[in-house]
Amino acid sequence: MILGVLLAVVGLSGVTTGSPIVTVPPNAASENSEKPTAVVVVEEAREEVMETGELNPNHYPAQRAAKVVQHYLNTLHGSPYKVFGLQKVFRAYAEDVPGSGRKYQLELSVQEMVKKTTANCEAEVIFPRKEDHPPLQVHVSSHDDLLNNNVSLQEETLLYQQYKRNHSLLFAQNLPDSNGHIEPEHIPFWHLGAVASSFVMLSESTEDTLYNMAQVANITQLASNDDPLKFEYDVLLHEMVSQEIIAWKMLVTWSPSEGVKVLKMEKREYSVTNLKTTLL
Amino acid sequence: MNFSRSYLGVCNRPEYNYDKYHPMSEISEWMTQVAKAYPDIVTVMDYGKTYELRTISLLKIGADTGAKKKAIWMDCGIHAREWIAPAFCQYFVSRILRTYKTDPKMGEMIRNMDFYVTPVLNMDGYIYSWKDNSTRLWRKNRSPEPAGCNCSGTDLNRNFDANWGTIGVSFDCCHATYCGRGAESEPETLAVSYFVGSRKEDFLCFLTIHSYGQLLLVPYGHPNFTAANYKELMEVGMGAAEAIKKVHGKVYRVGTSPDILYPNSGSSRDWARFQGIPYSYTFELRDDGRYGFELPEDQIRPTCEEAYDGALHIITYAHNKVFNGAVVASTVPTIWTVLVAVAVAATV
Repeated sequence: MILGVLLAVVGLSGVTTGSPIVTVPPNAASENSEKPTAVVVVEEAREEVMETGELNPNHYPAQRAAKVVQHYLNTLHGSPYKVFGLQKVFRAYAEDVPGSGRKYQLELSVQEMVKKTTANCEAEVIFPRKEDHPPLQVHVSSHDDLLNNNVSLQEETLLYQQYKRNHSLLFAQNLPDSNGHIEPEHIPFWHLGAVASSFVMLSESTEDTLYNMAQVANITQLASNDDPLKFEYDVLLHEMVSQEIIAWKMLVTWSPSEGVKVLKMEKREYSVTNLKTTLL
Repeated sequence: MNFSRSYLGVCNRPEYNYDKYHPMSEISEWMTQVAKAYPDIVTVMDYGKTYELRTISLLKIGADTGAKKKAIWMDCGIHAREWIAPAFCQYFVSRILRTYKTDPKMGEMIRNMDFYVTPVLNMDGYIYSWKDNSTRLWRKNRSPEPAGCNCSGTDLNRNFDANWGTIGVSFDCCHATYCGRGAESEPETLAVSYFVGSRKEDFLCFLTIHSYGQLLLVPYGHPNFTAANYKELMEVGMGAAEAIKKVHGKVYRVGTSPDILYPNSGSSRDWARFQGIPYSYTFELRDDGRYGFELPEDQIRPTCEEAYDGALHIITYAHNKVFNGAVVASTVPTIWTVLVAVAVAATV
């Protein structure tokens, strides 16, 4: 009788899922209960046809293209006191451009992480066809002047003068450390590492990658007679799609007037020591 | 050794610090202490061994009603470098224990369901990531180099028997997404599939906790497979993301892995869904790439708080679908809950 009452209640309440009441069936009739057979897919082949037209801004194609814009903005405007992070993608559109490659048009926002300000941008990213290897092209327009303002000029100048005058050269490692900690006096150099890494990440980016800097492994300040400060950076980049950690060495210069330049960049061998696994 | 509940931070005098990352030895000790402090509702269960022969354990949390109960699964630390995940599992447990006596809804859920929480699944990998600065970013387990290949470790989240080896994996043992010699080749994978598989009808939710990316991923990782309850999974996932955003304003994107992130196969989430566990989600916690795997300790608490609300949203939904949930209008009581309610009313 209770069951009859329950069934009647189901009919009246119009359970939206349409599935039977009581318990969720362990293997619902509509579920794929068959074990799918394994099919080996060649990794190198593109795993799906890339979408064209209006894209879902929350899906990965728009997100990867927008991340490229982040890297680009950092190469142009980044400094020890100015680092951009991708915030949100509002709209995205993709199309194949014969002779050029794949063009993404994006509306997005970025956050400047030191001052915590936000800027909206329109951007265009063109990924070249793989057979050629021209660099990818990015164009950004923004109605906010938050990208290239000089609000950080004062701090930059102080930092620059402090390290120009220093008799000892900066040396630092593991920014951040294993617990995510960075000594306050090293934070600007962590920022500088992120900006310098953006040059590498920009040049390495494709539609199949999503790069972030995982850590500054090493910074060594080098003596320099020129105006800009000079550093050798060892950084670890995290490539999200392959989940690999990739090590790069860079020769970086910076001054408030010249901005950040990467004179040399070189991919390094990175392998966590393959210790023989031990039994307890 | 401190057996008191205050050690666990559940009273006003917290001694176990949930705002720091803990090495494996401290987490294991904490598990023992939790079970000793709450013997009526918490048990430690050993359910497997890692490659390096460490015992994999979980905390079973639930009121003993003497009956077979529905269950919630949560695992953390399947990937060694994602330290915020084990931190979240510990926080999750502490929060349940702090509230089940005072929050009627949590009290009800503890009576109706058992929570099975594994704070660190990939213990060998986690310990290895604590070794020194060069190992911090290790991802896989620590099984040895296979024949003909020169590197160790299998990606446990590509090793489950769910479209194993089809997409989003590498067959190169040196790669981070190496899926193993075969499906379930790894002892850590087997531990989960034996334990959950032998009880699969009981499980309502399977939540696997990772970082980073601020995402809630629903099955399946293979683009050609759609879960029968995909729409529902998305709705509930969006509800969880809303709950997360209300805490500290963080945006978590919701969708299948092939839509939101990348296609993949052999994940524990997909395996659980194929087993018929209806609400199976991967949580990718903070952040969005700024600090990545090395999330500062001052972000542990806010990350845990928001993730807790997100997980609770899913768990509460699943619970209410099966049991008599006063909040959700469309749920229908089970015969069992009706009988329990009658029995309880009779004893009051």
